[in-house]
Amino acid sequence: MATTYRICPRSGLQFDTDAEKLMRWNAVAGVLALLVGGIMALGVILTRWPAVHLLPADQFYMVLTAHGVDMLLFWIIFFEMAVLYFASSTLLHCRLATPKIAWLGFWLMAIGAVMTNVAIFQGESSVMFTSYVPMQAKPHFYLGLILFAVGALLGCFVFLGTLVVAKAEKTYEGSIPLVTFGALTAAIIAIFTIASGAVILIPTFLWSVGYIREIDTIMYRVVWWAMGHSSQQINVSAHVAIWYAIAAIVFGAKPMSEKVSRTAFLLYILFLQLASAHHLLSDPGVGSEWKVVNTSYFMYFAVLASMIHGMTVPGAIEQAQRAKGFNKGLFEWLRKAPWGNPAFSAMFLSLIGFGFLGGISGVMMGTEQLNLLIHNTIYVPGHFHATVVIGTTLAFMGLTYFLVPVLFKREVLFPGFAKLQPYLFGLSMYVMALVMMGAGTLGVSRRHWDMAFAGSPFAYEWPGAAYLMMGLTGISGVVAVIGGGGWILQIVFSLLFGKKLDEGETRSTPVPLTLPAPAGGQAAHAPSTPGTMVLALIFLTSFILYYFVNWKYLSSLWGLA
Amino acid sequence: MSAISPPAERVWWKAPLDKLELTWIAIAFVWSLVMFGMMVYWHIYGNQNLANETYKTTKEMFAAKTQAMVDKYTVRTETDQQIPVVKPPAGSDVYLIGRLWAWWPILELEKGKQYKLHLSAMDYMHGFSLQPQNINIQVHPNYEHVLKISPNQSGTYSIVCNEYCGIGHHTMVGRIYVK
Repeated sequence: MATTYRICPRSGLQFDTDAEKLMRWNAVAGVLALLVGGIMALGVILTRWPAVHLLPADQFYMVLTAHGVDMLLFWIIFFEMAVLYFASSTLLHCRLATPKIAWLGFWLMAIGAVMTNVAIFQGESSVMFTSYVPMQAKPHFYLGLILFAVGALLGCFVFLGTLVVAKAEKTYEGSIPLVTFGALTAAIIAIFTIASGAVILIPTFLWSVGYIREIDTIMYRVVWWAMGHSSQQINVSAHVAIWYAIAAIVFGAKPMSEKVSRTAFLLYILFLQLASAHHLLSDPGVGSEWKVVNTSYFMYFAVLASMIHGMTVPGAIEQAQRAKGFNKGLFEWLRKAPWGNPAFSAMFLSLIGFGFLGGISGVMMGTEQLNLLIHNTIYVPGHFHATVVIGTTLAFMGLTYFLVPVLFKREVLFPGFAKLQPYLFGLSMYVMALVMMGAGTLGVSRRHWDMAFAGSPFAYEWPGAAYLMMGLTGISGVVAVIGGGGWILQIVFSLLFGKKLDEGETRSTPVPLTLPAPAGGQAAHAPSTPGTMVLALIFLTSFILYYFVNWKYLSSLWGLA
Repeated sequence: MSAISPPAERVWWKAPLDKLELTWIAIAFVWSLVMFGMMVYWHIYGNQNLANETYKTTKEMFAAKTQAMVDKYTVRTETDQQIPVVKPPAGSDVYLIGRLWAWWPILELEKGKQYKLHLSAMDYMHGFSLQPQNINIQVHPNYEHVLKISPNQSGTYSIVCNEYCGIGHHTMVGRIYVK
């Protein structure tokens, strides 16, 4: 109980000393995973760029496995642990529940991450992120993942415990903030995800050491994806919560409607976990009814939720900006936004890219019949680089620009580069995601060492456009690695050598959050948001056009029944 | 009071909704229903639906059935590996094996006719990626997936394996002729 509280002089936020240290360590561990994953990204991209074709096949598959695991699991989940502790302890002005268990969780995650990386780089576990049976990795590949998952589970429980502590010790009045609510959504989905992971990875581990004879391949894919897809839904909840947080921090934006935004988060909890089906649409053994109901998250309620957030986040910004007087025309509020503030530009590029590139392509490929067009093509990584890299990673990068002075008490070095970084990284990722989807539409396979099929008795000749797209993938991918690597260097240098900033006041008791006195029924009427509505309608029009173009393409194929 | 603080109004769930926000929710909801309806519609009126007919099988059983078809309908062999080219009659059962690292045998089909294509894998999972059509289907070991296919254009088609299956994955390309 003997913790202290620091009040940050720059943000007014209050940090429990234990929680603060955990946030810093988790964030740094995440960035280290991003560093390894980023170096691996370079190996992947320079091999898939046909004119370069850098690595031999065995190294390519090893590097690709490491890239997937380090990015999709280790980088993102470490950072999410920091977000969970921030959204609970910091935003609720409360001590962190059981910091020792939180540290145990952190070290389990760290040991697990190292163990799995060791297994991969020993070279006999090049089974890809998905580790589909009956292809077998070494036992410590699975064991590392299990330890990592157990650690993350402990982190989720500490988060939930902190909510209980805050409620019991009355550190806030009314309801938890929207951002905390979003983080709670992420934590609930994380618990479901980790449970699914345990259900499939523990038997697979036992199979790898010889205690189980066989793992059914369809069952493996159903249950593995209940972890694999749902873990990406943790990211969606977390980065949407961060969009709201950055809008609040930069503009003081208030949600357009607490009710709508919270209901949308609730829809995520109710429906996102059905998305395992997205990966089985072109599989035998599961029926069409099951596919249709599950792939649509039961009538697209989770897509609806994302479309709601996609409107309410810019809507909240528009309201805040218009209240400040940026009222000219439809878009003055957006033109006069702080485009040189990397926290904002990263967040806005994340929002637009996630919706237009990740969202539309995700729904297209998650349509039962349309999935036949792109299953296992490079369209799929094109899509998820738009969701996970542009959506999640870019949002995390933006938040970090805010956290360096606030949480790490250091000044961000190279502010000129910081202004450009979100555009360099974000826009090159936009291009990369698009050209990968273009190549995938032409059929180019994912996880494939050589599109020229060297050594095959009948090589297939891809159209010239496919080679062009893969070349552009290479170029934009290298630019993105530079943008991402630059961010890592900038953050690491700032943490080591940035000017130390004032710690702020330290207290032994937390300051509780109180609500302002009721305004007496004369709350100012919030301004309307026509600009956001126009953006939303542009989005919808692109969505509808792209969706039906793909049905048209499907209708020209061989008959299948 | 913003998204990082508790809502200023204690009873936030009674606050009225913004008109534009409500309009967008209604539009998004209708669009969601349209997209859901499209999948059902295509099952009734569309010509490209993946069959659900699947059987548990074993590698030996599936290999034996494929061998029987090859013995009966081989018309020639191709390449120095003597890969059989099989021309089964229209409407018949056609077997295709995916294994490290080949699709076996080569098929010769007639345009506009329907065939029952049986797919299974002998070792790892494989990916049936028909090019340049771009039809992509997952192939599992120990499961026999039966699809009714009707080629609608003549030509030489390649089957690229697009599920990672080890070091020789990139050499796994098969062939279907449609005449």
